[in-house]
Amino acid sequence: MYDFAYHRPATVAEAVKLLAADPEAKVISGGMSLIPVLKQRLARPSALIDLGAIPDLVGIAVSATTVTIRGRTTHAAVAASAEVKRAIPALAELASHIGDPQVRNRGTIGGSIAHHDPTADYPAAVLALGATVHTSRRRIAADDFFTGLFATALEPDEIVTAVEFPIPEKAAYVKFPNPASRYAMVGVFVAKGPMGVRVAVTGAGAHGVFRHAAMEEALAKSWSPEALEGITTPAADLNNDIHASREYRAHLVGVMAKRAVAKAG
Amino acid sequence: MPKVSLTVNGKPVTVEVENRTLLVEMLREQLRLTGTHVGCDTSQCGACVVHVNGASVKSCTILAVQCEGAEVLTIEGLASPDGTLHPMQEAFREYHALQCGFCTPGMVMSAIDLVQRNPQGLSDREIREGLEGNLCRCTGYHNIVRAIAAAQVVMHGKAKELPRAAE
Ligand SMILES: Cc1cc2nc3c(=O)[nH]c(=O)nc-3n(C[C@H](O)[C@H](O)[C@H](O)COP(=O)(O)OP(=O)(O)OC[C@H]3O[C@@H](n4cnc5c(N)ncnc54)[C@H](O)[C@@H]3O)c2cc1C
Ligand code: FES
Ligand code: FES
Repeated sequence: MYDFAYHRPATVAEAVKLLAADPEAKVISGGMSLIPVLKQRLARPSALIDLGAIPDLVGIAVSATTVTIRGRTTHAAVAASAEVKRAIPALAELASHIGDPQVRNRGTIGGSIAHHDPTADYPAAVLALGATVHTSRRRIAADDFFTGLFATALEPDEIVTAVEFPIPEKAAYVKFPNPASRYAMVGVFVAKGPMGVRVAVTGAGAHGVFRHAAMEEALAKSWSPEALEGITTPAADLNNDIHASREYRAHLVGVMAKRAVAKAG
Repeated sequence: MPKVSLTVNGKPVTVEVENRTLLVEMLREQLRLTGTHVGCDTSQCGACVVHVNGASVKSCTILAVQCEGAEVLTIEGLASPDGTLHPMQEAFREYHALQCGFCTPGMVMSAIDLVQRNPQGLSDREIREGLEGNLCRCTGYHNIVRAIAAAQVVMHGKAKELPRAAE
């Protein structure tokens, strides 16, 4: 790992100021994606700005219509939250299957969506539930947030402070985990609620998470696994790697989607 | 050089580190606590698991400077000063839950966190799922699962003595 300067600000405002002052600086939250990248010398930030001492960035708030999770809340905290389990059980369950217990004890929702790994789980929930991403300067709709592989609408000096999820009527997430890493080879999140019927696919897309328009249309007409019969996913834009071919991923999207609808009930 | 002050196995320490020093490097190379192992560089094997403020974490994927003010517990801090083993260590011995022993410190630290977080008790299946972050290349996990199942009984105060392994 190359060396870097290290800052541990106590407020979001201070963190933003440090980021704005140094274009080569990077935020570190749980470090579960960033530290492995640094260890391989795939990145060389001049400074790390640790969000670990900002108490305002941790916590979960549930209202009658929304679940809001602050940016540095760990996967373990979301998975264990009785309130999230009650309001959006699919979200708590998704968090409980990210990586392994030690990854969940450190990794955070803000880091996961800011990183936008094409095989990460949370982006599927954010997109399918039509969440709103709160940042240090604005609010970004899920549809505008994920812009491409490892890319988001975030400016270099912008910090994810929270994610606000509307509570759906029905929702479920099913993933086919890579047996070694537990990342999604394909994961499908389906939801029906205030944001309409939405289907988001992670793990498969060559440009990251995406919505499946054909499936959404079919499920809006009839919410049932059978409604997805015969709907295919074009393989051209899907990932092709040692874990799975794009054709196999295209097939898995259909299988995971049907299972997710069945699970959502 | 940056300095980090923290508590390791109950003792306050202040260590000079680089910002890029990993917690595991500080533990092994500076504090000479070599019970914590490094088995990979992809954050996947769990040989390096320690507790930071009561939660199990991979010490190869956290910076030493991020542990300012933290309480760190390593495998060396489990046994009593008189040498009495922690029930989880005793169970690993009794159930023959190790062969080469390389994964063992991480397994034991993960297992203790897992049991502490689940006072209702864990099924064998739940124990296996709870060990997703720990790889063992020798044992096939079977005896590790048996050891943890036995240790939880003692740790939750449901028995004074560790249930003995069958002869
Ligand atoms: C062995 C292993 C298995 C894993 N398995 C899975 C899995 O199955 N599914 C899955 O989804 N993930 C998995 N992960 C990744 C894990 O979920 C990470 O926690 C997550 O991707 C990143 O969150 P973090 O808090 O650790 O972010 P960090 O690693 O600290 O940061 C990641 C990136 O986001 C930026 N960033 C962090 N926080 C913010 C913020 N608040 N605002 C703006 N930018 C920010 C950083 O600058 C960095 O570029 C795995 C990781 C490991 C090591
Ligand atoms: S050394 Fe392998 S996970 Fe830390
Ligand atoms: S006992 Fe050898 S790796 Fe587990």
